[in-house]
Amino acid sequence: MSLSRSSKEALTALLYLLPALVILIGFRFIPIVLAVRISLYDWGMAGPRQFLGLGNYLAVIKDPLFYRSLVNTGWYVLFEVPVTIFVSLFVAILLNQQIRGLGIYRTVYYLPVVTSIVAVSVIWKWLYHPDRGVLNYLLSLVGITGTRWLQEPRGIFQLVLGAHSENLPFLLRGPSIALLSLVLMGIWKALGYNIVIFLAGLQNIPQAFYEAAKIDGASRFQTFWKITWPLLSPTTYYVLIMSSIAAFETFSQIWIMTGPPPGGPLGTTKVVMYYFYENAFELWRLGYGAAIAFIAFVIILCLTIFQRVFLEKRVHYG
Amino acid sequence: MDKSGFRYIPIHLLLILGGLGMLLPFYWMVVTSLKTPIEALRFPPTWIPALLQFRNYPEVFRQIPFWRYLGNTVFITFLTLTGVLVTGIPAAYAFARLRFPCRESLFMGFLALMMIPLPVYLVPSYIVLYKLGWIDTYAAMIVPWIVNVFSIFLLRQHIKQLPQDLFDAAKIDGCSHWRILIKIVVPLCKAPLATITVFNVISSWNSFFWPLIVTNSDHIRPLQVGLAYFSREQSTNYTLLMAAATMAIIPLIILFFIAQRQIIQSQARAGLKE
Repeated sequence: MSLSRSSKEALTALLYLLPALVILIGFRFIPIVLAVRISLYDWGMAGPRQFLGLGNYLAVIKDPLFYRSLVNTGWYVLFEVPVTIFVSLFVAILLNQQIRGLGIYRTVYYLPVVTSIVAVSVIWKWLYHPDRGVLNYLLSLVGITGTRWLQEPRGIFQLVLGAHSENLPFLLRGPSIALLSLVLMGIWKALGYNIVIFLAGLQNIPQAFYEAAKIDGASRFQTFWKITWPLLSPTTYYVLIMSSIAAFETFSQIWIMTGPPPGGPLGTTKVVMYYFYENAFELWRLGYGAAIAFIAFVIILCLTIFQRVFLEKRVHYG
Repeated sequence: MDKSGFRYIPIHLLLILGGLGMLLPFYWMVVTSLKTPIEALRFPPTWIPALLQFRNYPEVFRQIPFWRYLGNTVFITFLTLTGVLVTGIPAAYAFARLRFPCRESLFMGFLALMMIPLPVYLVPSYIVLYKLGWIDTYAAMIVPWIVNVFSIFLLRQHIKQLPQDLFDAAKIDGCSHWRILIKIVVPLCKAPLATITVFNVISSWNSFFWPLIVTNSDHIRPLQVGLAYFSREQSTNYTLLMAAATMAIIPLIILFFIAQRQIIQSQARAGLKE
């Protein structure tokens, strides 16, 4: 039996793709399909117990703890992402001035990116120690004392408004100081990654635009707003999407740094990923956990689409 | 050139100040690991240990099976990387150079799977691994990760850009696809293969969530999970924790200094491509 050349080539392709296909089908595709099924059941470690239909999903949506974890996550993303983008863009612009020692600075700022989140969390927990930590020592030099960092459940708005705000509703209290401590560490860790991407984006802008601006006598501010910012927008957009997704999936820090119990103080650092983990792998409510994961996925997807629809119009692809 | 001109001084000052902020946590980790437990808790703290001593390091080895954790991580990282290369190179070649039905839609399917976040398939993966009897084994930490779609994507882009003449000439000489792949394509893919190696080593070395969930016993835990549990058990023993953290990050810091250019450039390129 002889095969035609094209079917021979197709057979070769199948052979080359087979290992990857088997693993992807077995450990990605089937689990994803299975996840749908699991989320429709009251599923414990012993297997499916009872078909609930959309019961898990409805329960998650009504769950006040899920809602709180969503608010905590929202605060985290809302504070971490813009600050990271702003600071990393600023540093990238400074580094793009053809300064000496670019390589050294880049290395220093990039170091936290290759360091594992576990080690980083262990280190920062020590930096944040309320009585013995180096951060409180540095703050004490400028007269600020008594910051409780990871142990401070009070919200930032609550602290700004002062003593009469004890009865503020949860949402209006703002992120707790504990959550903001995680935000600060997150910024430190993510900075180098974004700087490198911004730097590449800046170097991609043709020098001719800047020369033209110089001849026209544009100020530095004008040059930034009329040239750098619009031409950098695809990079900014990419960084925004990637940072938002990464911030949404924050987990390890919570496990290592907060509590006990993790997610504390008073549940103000319990983000969606941790709430998912707790339900699925500590309480072994696998069906409920799967439903949380899907709802979180849909939210990430919607945010990405939202950013695409509303921001991509302003993105200037050269 | 006014590269050293006065105009650059404020820029350098800002960058140095920021750089010190970036380095402070690392400095504090190393310094604390060299202090005695009593000195570490002194307030105001000392910037340089009054008594430089390395006793915390051997103490870590007494408290936790550090070598075991390290060996586990090296083993998992090595086998995962091998798997990624063995499955990825032929797959990328097939997507880039072979004609077969549904090629593009299959490739899109691969990319779509990459976009699904971990929590969505974590619960069912756990059940699949449980049914296979793989929970608490090395296989659970390796096999699900021996295909990396991003690596396939990167390689495919590179192989597509290789000149067609090379392949035509090889075909005229009667080379089989396998020979073309091994003798021509792989040697020409050194740059993307280096990128893939570095990225997969970093991500296996640092992975935490997955091994946390699929392992139960101490002797099988990789470094990150071992360190995380150690930090919970010894939550106030800061000198020991800092010594353990220092040892846990040194291998990757060394890798970073060796492959720095590779890491930074390939990451920047990945960002621009999107």
